[in-house]
Amino acid sequence: MVEQLVFYVFAGFLIFAAAMVITVRNPVHAALFLVLAFFSSAGLWLLLEAEFLAIALVLVYVGAVMVLFLFVVMMLDINIAELREGFARYLPVAAVVALVMMIAIGTVVGPQNFGLDQVPAAASHAADYSNTRELGLALYGQYIWPFEIAAVVLLVAIIAAIALTLRATRQTKAPRPERQVQVRRADRVRLVKVEAERQS
Amino acid sequence: MSTVTSYLKSLTLWELLKGMRLTGRYLIDRKITVQYPEEKTPQSPRFRGLHALRRYPNGEERCIACKLCEAVCPALAITIESEPRDDGTRRTTRYDIDLSKCIFCGFCEESCPVDSIVETRHFEYHGEKRGDLLMTKDKLLANGDRFEAQIAADRAAEARYR
Amino acid sequence: MNIVGFLETQLGAFLPQPVVLTTLIVLKILCIVLPLMGAVAYLTFAERKIIGYIQVRIGPNRVGPRGWLQPIADALKLLTKEVIIPTGANRFLFLLAPILALGPALAAWAVIPFGAEMVLADINAGLLYILALTSLGVYGIIVAGWASNSKYAFLGAMRSAAQIVSYEIAMGFALVGVLIAAGSLNLGDIIEAQRGGLSIFSWFWVPLFPLFVIYFISGVAETNRAPFDVSEGESEIVAGFHVEYAGMAFALFFLAEYANMILVSGLSAVLFLGGWLSPIPGIPDGIHWLLAKIGFFLFLFLWFRATFPRYRYDQIMRLGWKVFLPITIVWIVVVAAMVVWKLPPWFAGA
Repeated sequence: MVEQLVFYVFAGFLIFAAAMVITVRNPVHAALFLVLAFFSSAGLWLLLEAEFLAIALVLVYVGAVMVLFLFVVMMLDINIAELREGFARYLPVAAVVALVMMIAIGTVVGPQNFGLDQVPAAASHAADYSNTRELGLALYGQYIWPFEIAAVVLLVAIIAAIALTLRATRQTKAPRPERQVQVRRADRVRLVKVEAERQS
Repeated sequence: MSTVTSYLKSLTLWELLKGMRLTGRYLIDRKITVQYPEEKTPQSPRFRGLHALRRYPNGEERCIACKLCEAVCPALAITIESEPRDDGTRRTTRYDIDLSKCIFCGFCEESCPVDSIVETRHFEYHGEKRGDLLMTKDKLLANGDRFEAQIAADRAAEARYR
Repeated sequence: MNIVGFLETQLGAFLPQPVVLTTLIVLKILCIVLPLMGAVAYLTFAERKIIGYIQVRIGPNRVGPRGWLQPIADALKLLTKEVIIPTGANRFLFLLAPILALGPALAAWAVIPFGAEMVLADINAGLLYILALTSLGVYGIIVAGWASNSKYAFLGAMRSAAQIVSYEIAMGFALVGVLIAAGSLNLGDIIEAQRGGLSIFSWFWVPLFPLFVIYFISGVAETNRAPFDVSEGESEIVAGFHVEYAGMAFALFFLAEYANMILVSGLSAVLFLGGWLSPIPGIPDGIHWLLAKIGFFLFLFLWFRATFPRYRYDQIMRLGWKVFLPITIVWIVVVAAMVVWKLPPWFAGA
């Protein structure tokens, strides 16, 4: 009873926040609503006793990804009027695409696939059951190869991203502190004894 | 210094620890704070504080309205008007020092040929309303009467350096 | 926890069970938050005193005997001041930001164990929870900077956000080392894992020494304290993200900063210095050891502030990414090797 109430509260928040993300004008507000959406889904996962996933969602998406999102969105100067330009012109095409998408989504994740009669209720576990341990066993045992392959793919993506930023030869004159601190007086200053010349 | 030792030095945070040792020594050092209203730092006889106009021992005011102080004042804080008195001597009818302009340089004191305008050691004064810091001749003479003992003592102590 | 049991039976006599539980939880939260607020107040006093002493001054000593009422006077002053909302500021976010800053700093205390059974929420993913909550603190700063509609505030927020995100990674890796060594995410288990025959030398700070140093320095950077206080940078961008804040809204930021300092100190004590374990064999463990260790780290915070000048921004980034990150990764491998080979005396029983 209480659990259902909590579920509906979180679900309501989630749907509200998700709707606001795509309707509010201000991109910063949209990003903050996305944060709220993540929080609500974390709450839903907590209800499923998936505390590791819930906290990881908050940690990764809210704590890191959304901060960078906000970072970029705040720096951008988004002109709303410019964005709305040609709204009417693209509307028919957009409507067709949206309709197709909705039908596709509806057939795949429509209500006929869900419901308490089709999905068993999550089994509740004893208090000493550790989510983290089970996840670790699954990731590093049963699914070790997919996991490692995903890790390698991510590594390649990171290296590629870094390589993309280093295309041009480095021409910056940024100071190198590790070199600066190693400079000794003898490297820079040379005392020269100059013979005094007498005016004749 | 070789690269290895410099790396070792930076990884062991050697220089930061040296800095912390220094501040740590000061933490237990003797404190030099002077608790102002209860304790005061020693004052020099040359201290330049609130202004005063002095009198001769017979009660005659010293100022002869030569206006040297008005001329020398770099902040234009002094205003003097003068008229002959009944006995024929020239005296000031107005002698104002605007303390909100004054920079306490002491030039007025130095320029005075009769040691009339002086700066006392008194510095703990305040004004509560506009005009309180405009020292008129009456206020300056009153200051002189109030601090005469110390003023005279300070002049005497400084006499051999002048 | 006899008091809790006593209260539970007494209240249970005339109240329904959920109400009793809720009351007890609220009482426990108050038992943590109220002393924390007092600690924050007196931490500001200690800061002024200690930094004063290091600068050969004596610090505030006028309000009350030897200045002991100074923090209360400060709090009253801030309470009675007006909360000014700048023109063009986003009113809702402007007022939400201080709460966003303070909330995580307080919520993280839920999982800190004060004693063998003294913990508000003994959850298995405790360390992860702490990591998640400390990563939320940046929202208060970034939202404050943006909502203030001021370039200084915005610059401070940007600097701080980038700095916190960078140092969180080094901090996270340092914590990974701890959880490899302890084999658990539960903070109580982590402390128990540090119990050993060598008392003070069986705590994790010895085998994980580089991680310990990096964790604490990253903690200083995370809380935006000197020498990493570029987000405030009073000599360059006035006061950074909270320039536009006054009165109670500013006080909340202040509280959040100091609560975060205490949190980082508490975590360092729990993760590396054995929490409530006694350093001397024969003397019983207890909460006073934890408090003493927290006090030691807080003193280090103040000592750093009095000693080091502010880092340049690019140097902060270099330190986080190019120095701390590689060292932590290397040491995680070392720790893993130590655990796998059961290196005595720390990991013999692991």
